[in-house]
Amino acid sequence: MKIGVLALQGAFREHRNMVEACGHEVIEVRKPVELDQIQGLIIPGGESTTITKLMREFQLEQAIVSRAEVGMPIYGTCAGLIVLAKDIIGSSQPSLNLMDISVQRNAFGRQIDSFECELAIPVLGYKPFAAVFIRAPLIERVAPNVGILAQYDSKIVFARQGNFLASSFHPELTNDKRIHQYFIQMVEEAINK
Amino acid sequence: MVEKGSWTVKKGLAEMLKGGVIMDVTTPEQAKIAEEAGACAVMALERVPSDIRAAGGVARMADPTIIQRIMEVVTIPVMAKARIGHFVEAQILEALGADYIDESEVLTPADDLYHINKNDFKVPFVCGAKNLGEALRRIGEGAAMIRTKGEPGTGNVVEAVRHMRTVMGEIRRLQNLPKEELMTAAKNMAAPYDLVLYVAENGKLPVVNFAAGGIATPADAALMMQLGVDGVFVGSGIFKSNNPAARAKAIVAATTHYNDPKILAEVSRDLGEAMPGIEISSLAPEQRMQERGW
Repeated sequence: MKIGVLALQGAFREHRNMVEACGHEVIEVRKPVELDQIQGLIIPGGESTTITKLMREFQLEQAIVSRAEVGMPIYGTCAGLIVLAKDIIGSSQPSLNLMDISVQRNAFGRQIDSFECELAIPVLGYKPFAAVFIRAPLIERVAPNVGILAQYDSKIVFARQGNFLASSFHPELTNDKRIHQYFIQMVEEAINK
Repeated sequence: MVEKGSWTVKKGLAEMLKGGVIMDVTTPEQAKIAEEAGACAVMALERVPSDIRAAGGVARMADPTIIQRIMEVVTIPVMAKARIGHFVEAQILEALGADYIDESEVLTPADDLYHINKNDFKVPFVCGAKNLGEALRRIGEGAAMIRTKGEPGTGNVVEAVRHMRTVMGEIRRLQNLPKEELMTAAKNMAAPYDLVLYVAENGKLPVVNFAAGGIATPADAALMMQLGVDGVFVGSGIFKSNNPAARAKAIVAATTHYNDPKILAEVSRDLGEAMPGIEISSLAPEQRMQERGW
């Protein structure tokens, strides 16, 4: 099994390290041909406007959507969450249009308001998750078919819809592998289906 | 428990900028062009380095209005420069909400002995370095991101290349030293011992390292990426060229696809004139901005 990490811009190296620490091979994805080798894709944090423009310029947008439509699991962190969303509030910025969520960009303010906290994520067990929020987005609204996996201050920061997983925060900046393991399990289930 | 301005959060924003291009801009219009071209952040300035060089005199922090107007029109992070050692300019930039502060040799130093104690701030800092000792001193003071100094405003990449090769060479050397030699190595490079130990063990800086100072073409950006930097600052190189929008977009693509010569050839086409360059040896010693920093 190979997991792709979209390597156009952002913290792709950290995701690579996490997936490798979980014992799986990683392919860095910069061109459509690299998508053919993978069974799951992580869209990292970075700048969503930069990542979206590069996806479009190098014909990755439609290629990713085509794989997503036939069930390839995708996990987006921070900018990756924005890229997955169908609705980006107050913005005409394009996206992959895959998850039925409304996202507010830079929802906590500027860098000075970036923070870390202990987050309860019931699906991962009792132990809280050290969540790092950097100029982070929030999920303001979800459709009924979207599962809410975690909230911070009554706001949605972690959600799943079928083969899509999205978090406002950055598990790749911690040593806690549980979210990556959860995603890898999604990929394994998709392969065995 | 919620913690703002922690080391993880400061360093984390730099991690998110990796593989990207940070562009110098002086107006909201330029900031929009940069964002539209795919910049991962902009540096808000009153003048780009080549104009600072031409104007001479004392270069200071930009007018807060310029920085604020740029923050209003883009959604990407906005950085701003403070003079070396001028901690009040840094306090002002933090109060304005700048996302990153560059304690920069491009501006005229305000202190000829000491840098800002960057650990005092919640906003993260980036600092220039031309060798490993200088990089580790800045990190010791709290810088959460490092960049090569290069020679700003020259459009000549040679100094950035030299600084990057120097840092990488010194890292490789530390990795090969037996542990008992590391304290003397720390003394000789005037760097904190704990950071020297970190580099010797991990073979890299503890923070993100970008290229800056003289990058003018997509090939320059890819050259620096192949030499091992995490991303690129482009100062005068974009808005002093004759087609800024096309050049900016090409440099962004070249930074992503730095290892793919076919794509580099494609994006390097038809960009018009690059900024006029300056031969480093023609600069008088007092015009060399890279010598600022202690």
